[in-house]
Amino acid sequence: MSQPIAIVSVAQLPSIRRDRTRDEAEMVQPIVTEAMQKIGLKQADIGFTCSGSSDYLVGRPFSFVAAVDGLVTWPPIRESHVEMDGAWALFEALIRLRHGDIDTALVFAFGKSSLGPIPDVMNVQNDPYYVQPLNLDSFSQAALQARAMIDAGKATERDFAEIVVRNRRNAKSNPNAQVKGDFDVEAILAEKTISSPIRKSFSPPLSDSCVAVVLASGDKAKKLVKRPAWIRGIDHRIEPYSLGVRDLTQSVSTRIAAEKVGVNAKKNDIAEIHTPFAHQEILIKEALGLDSSVVVNPSGGALAANPIMATGLIRFIEAATRIHAGEANRAIVHATSGVTMQQNLVAVLEGE
Amino acid sequence: MSEPLSAPYLLQFTYNRTTGPVIGRFLTGLRDGRIEGVRTKSGKVLVPPVEYDPETSEATTDFVEVGQAGVVTTWTWVPAPRELHVLKTPFAFALIKLDGADTAMVHVVDAPSESAMRTGMRVKVRWAQERVGYITDIVCFEPEASS
Amino acid sequence: MSDMITRIKTPVRLEYGVYPGSHYTTYLNALAQGRFVGGRCPESKKVYVPPRGASPTSGQPTDEIVDVQDSGVLTTFCVIRLAFPGQKMKPPYCFGAIVLDGADLPIYHLIGNIPYEEVRMGMRVKAQWKPRDQWGPTLESVDFFAPTGEPDAPFESYSEHL
Repeated sequence: MSQPIAIVSVAQLPSIRRDRTRDEAEMVQPIVTEAMQKIGLKQADIGFTCSGSSDYLVGRPFSFVAAVDGLVTWPPIRESHVEMDGAWALFEALIRLRHGDIDTALVFAFGKSSLGPIPDVMNVQNDPYYVQPLNLDSFSQAALQARAMIDAGKATERDFAEIVVRNRRNAKSNPNAQVKGDFDVEAILAEKTISSPIRKSFSPPLSDSCVAVVLASGDKAKKLVKRPAWIRGIDHRIEPYSLGVRDLTQSVSTRIAAEKVGVNAKKNDIAEIHTPFAHQEILIKEALGLDSSVVVNPSGGALAANPIMATGLIRFIEAATRIHAGEANRAIVHATSGVTMQQNLVAVLEGE
Repeated sequence: MSEPLSAPYLLQFTYNRTTGPVIGRFLTGLRDGRIEGVRTKSGKVLVPPVEYDPETSEATTDFVEVGQAGVVTTWTWVPAPRELHVLKTPFAFALIKLDGADTAMVHVVDAPSESAMRTGMRVKVRWAQERVGYITDIVCFEPEASS
Repeated sequence: MSDMITRIKTPVRLEYGVYPGSHYTTYLNALAQGRFVGGRCPESKKVYVPPRGASPTSGQPTDEIVDVQDSGVLTTFCVIRLAFPGQKMKPPYCFGAIVLDGADLPIYHLIGNIPYEEVRMGMRVKAQWKPRDQWGPTLESVDFFAPTGEPDAPFESYSEHL
């Protein structure tokens, strides 16, 4: 039976609208250094490094290789990468740790959403034969799902606006969040629509950031920190690719992943869920089966900061930070991939 | 540090994609003014067709022609089209379930206004004058009520 | 009209605005002034051209900016004779890896003013700058590197840069 694995250290660059001064290496270097130094580690102590990012996001093939320039890579290191949110890089690192021959892993993710025409970039994820030539931009794609939820009687536009207000109010206490404050439901509803019913406020901000996490297993984790955030369960599932085949008003993949990890086996204190569009919070809360006592997105979530490809890993970071500080004991973490959440990852984090 | 440098960068590729027998047949049908889907073993008709049944992963081989009109199952109104959108005046994206199909396809609807759009409305194909075997051989859909 | 469609073209066209980051900006701004600069690793003292956000051996930023010469040694090179999509120059042309005097690793640039059959490893070369009013924050401020006529550098002096 393999050792339990925990998050023992985290670091974040505050999410900002546009980082004009840092390239990939300059974002990665201070953050991985901070995450390791906090617990007295250096790159040479790390058994495996894995990153999550997207080359298409920044318009640069091999941008993820440029990011490796932010690490100590001589002598050569064990390194891997996923063209996905860092939450999946964390999943890969966890699997690697389960081999048992190493006991620490460094996971990082970065997203520079400020560089490109994001709504059009996201269309490049769509079916190239049937959908891409129509340029189904991300606002429109998310809107198809939001409208389906309204038609199904699951939500109203007012519900979406209230979700925005709640998340951005929570973000006021988060120094790393970008869009935070007391917003007004009526003012949000009065905004003009970009792709109906999606308004700017129902959508995530464009953010630039880099974040990192150090994982450690068993006794190593206990030596490194007093209160590791143990990953008690983790699972991810993917739905069919075609929009017209899925039921956009339910997140079946999230529900299955949640069952596999035992989301509701015990009482949860908080949940950090990766729902960039306001309507998606309703879908994921339903699929996770959270009851009303669980505090959702104390960090403000993706509506407050969305460095695409790091946003899911940030959910792990925000949950782990609260566990490390003793503010929470059991946290549910969710990460998603795809504009209408085709693929979903769910994890359970616990203090002791 | 001095003023940050910046530069525009155009990323431009034209991918040449093979279609395979399933997508190729659908696109050939569009060129010829016909819309086809595939019927799975369970009897579900998938439009547009995919190579493998998403429920059983079996290869799909049974092609059926479907109607050229159908029902909007969800939609969104785009009041300010983006440069890359295929329609230049306000339009809707929609998922449309054609008559005879069990799944919906993504396309655009040329409707006079947002108030003309409704889940459940019927729309019909507007074909391009010259067709080449591309999804835009269907220029758009339009409300069936109009003529 | 009965043949099957077997291929389609799917164009992708996306416009980005890119930023080079502070270390690369320092390098590019120096080129606009007719200079090459590198960044020194605080631990190994090696000079990286261009300066980097992290030295690969120490993980620390190479923030000590040092001038390097605009002349150096051609280590390895390649003569491109084939056309390819997106090519910016008309073949044949020669690209080389040049370790500038004062630097600890090569930069890449065009080699010119010499018949390509005569280009050789160890050849001493110097930057041929464009006219001053055409300098900008770009490697294109230099048209190419040309042989200086000095004796070739001995192999041992650049062998670790191959």
